[in-house]
Amino acid sequence: MTRRKWDQAEYFRGVPTAPYDLVKEITVALGVMLAVVLILATLLSSPDVAPVTLRSWARQDPIDFLTTATGELQGTTISSSYGPPYNNGSGSVQTLGPLAPQLWAGVHQPVDAAVVDVLAPLGVASGGHPVLERALVRFEGATNQQQQVWLDRYIRAVGHARVLGARVVVPGAAYGPVGTLMGTLLTVARSGGLDALLTANGRFYQTDYTRTLLFLGDGNYVNELAAQRHLLGTQWGVMNETGRYPGQAWLWLYTLWYQIPPYSTAANADLLVVLTMGFLTTLLLLTPFLPGLRDIPRWIPVYKLIWREHYRFTGAAEPERPDRI
Amino acid sequence: MNQPPPYLHWAFIQISLPNLVLILVMLGLFAVGLVLPLPGRRHRRRAYQEPVADLDLDPPPSPRDQAPEPPAPGERSWTSAVSRLLVRELPLKHLLADREPAYVGSWMYVFGVVTIAALVWVVASGVVLVIFGPQWWQVSPQGHFVNSIHFWSVQMFFIFMVLHLWGQYFAAGWREGRAGTWMIGLVVFLVSVVTAFTGYLVQQNFDSQWIALNAKDSVNATGVGAFFNVLNFGQMYGLHVLLFPIVVTLLIVVHVVQVRRRGVVKPIERRAGS
Repeated sequence: MTRRKWDQAEYFRGVPTAPYDLVKEITVALGVMLAVVLILATLLSSPDVAPVTLRSWARQDPIDFLTTATGELQGTTISSSYGPPYNNGSGSVQTLGPLAPQLWAGVHQPVDAAVVDVLAPLGVASGGHPVLERALVRFEGATNQQQQVWLDRYIRAVGHARVLGARVVVPGAAYGPVGTLMGTLLTVARSGGLDALLTANGRFYQTDYTRTLLFLGDGNYVNELAAQRHLLGTQWGVMNETGRYPGQAWLWLYTLWYQIPPYSTAANADLLVVLTMGFLTTLLLLTPFLPGLRDIPRWIPVYKLIWREHYRFTGAAEPERPDRI
Repeated sequence: MNQPPPYLHWAFIQISLPNLVLILVMLGLFAVGLVLPLPGRRHRRRAYQEPVADLDLDPPPSPRDQAPEPPAPGERSWTSAVSRLLVRELPLKHLLADREPAYVGSWMYVFGVVTIAALVWVVASGVVLVIFGPQWWQVSPQGHFVNSIHFWSVQMFFIFMVLHLWGQYFAAGWREGRAGTWMIGLVVFLVSVVTAFTGYLVQQNFDSQWIALNAKDSVNATGVGAFFNVLNFGQMYGLHVLLFPIVVTLLIVVHVVQVRRRGVVKPIERRAGS
């Protein structure tokens, strides 16, 4: 037995029809929509909070910059131990039982934070700068243990540093060449040179800001700015926007999970939320085939309002409905 | 407008005033769409009172809607096969019908068209932004204005797409062979979310930086981050201005063709006596 072909003529046989001008409808919709967006754009403009640069970070919060840069050398920042796709660390790897897609995908944008954010830029800056060159040689020639001792002492000293105008005064201590390295890095960053050095890739053109953004994200400065603007994940940030503008409100359900347990306390919250949303989206996609979900329109009879004219005009002549949709 | 807005707190719920206003506007539009009569009520009432005119028979098919003569043996070709298929499955009288079933009498049927109208302005403003380059809207008042048109068009696009989705859900628009229409429509919504997301990433302002830094953890956790680097402006820009708009547009074309091919689903019939 062959499947019967669907036929509009048969489906609509006996259905009363009325004139409907589709072309007029889309034309009017285009005109009205243009007027609405022009009015909104003229009256309200659009979000435009200036981006943070390494330069502005080093100038506005030099202590945090020095702390973060030292952390990159120590290997204590988020990006230095992140894991795939940036490196082979495990600090930000999320798994669920045997499910480990982050590990399966592997390292595709290699980032060695200590080298990329600190040592390589200083290597470029050391040309014609013998003091910095000697400090770099001394640091890189030291044992890992000696480096950590210097870095620990420096990070403690930075905790007591003071900002005097354009200068940052870090209390003196036996932190070897680290003071010279960090002082120079701060100077380069304040000049704007570090923004260029981190995006340089050995070729002329570049559009990849992975290294700069990871470095910015390791500091507290950007996080504090985001917290002030209610953009943190714990503040429903993904659906918020800078300024007094609506954000991606359509992501409300996605960000809801981050506010409630177990998601709000889970180390693998991102993976859990993505899987949860994937499951819910699949349910919505398959709604036509899922009893219960497809019957909700029957239980919440909004349809009576949608077709109230039809029900009124057909009156008692309407046929009985099937028991299910 | 760039100062932080007021926020409302209730238990774990925290919402900005602009987002609350937007959601209330959506709910209000949906409610108004349900109760406000759609123009043309007089025609629809008459259609119910007068003898029935079958949708497929009135007006009579035009010559170009006629299926071509079956090819003679030896003249069969892929081109003629596709031609016959298109004429059979997508006749102009269905694609651009000037009559609809008389039960098409609610603003719920208009939300889909308004969504497409918003998309037209999203694409038009986006094309202007692309023509002048990715820096333009940051350094020129004219560019910023076009960027504002793009921003608000996107908001309108999502507002009316969600209203259309709500309307189709409560009308159970997937009935009687229309499950594919529902599913493609939902895929349009999902791809649109990703398209908008890449748009937010390429604004080149603080919002872009923060969204990229936050989103990378979710994207990386799924393994997708290995190939879809939200911190790479060039990759996100290319996807946003080329690939995703093409996918959204093509899917919407498929969705509209599905709607026109099957026609508008009949009303849910009430229980006898209700």
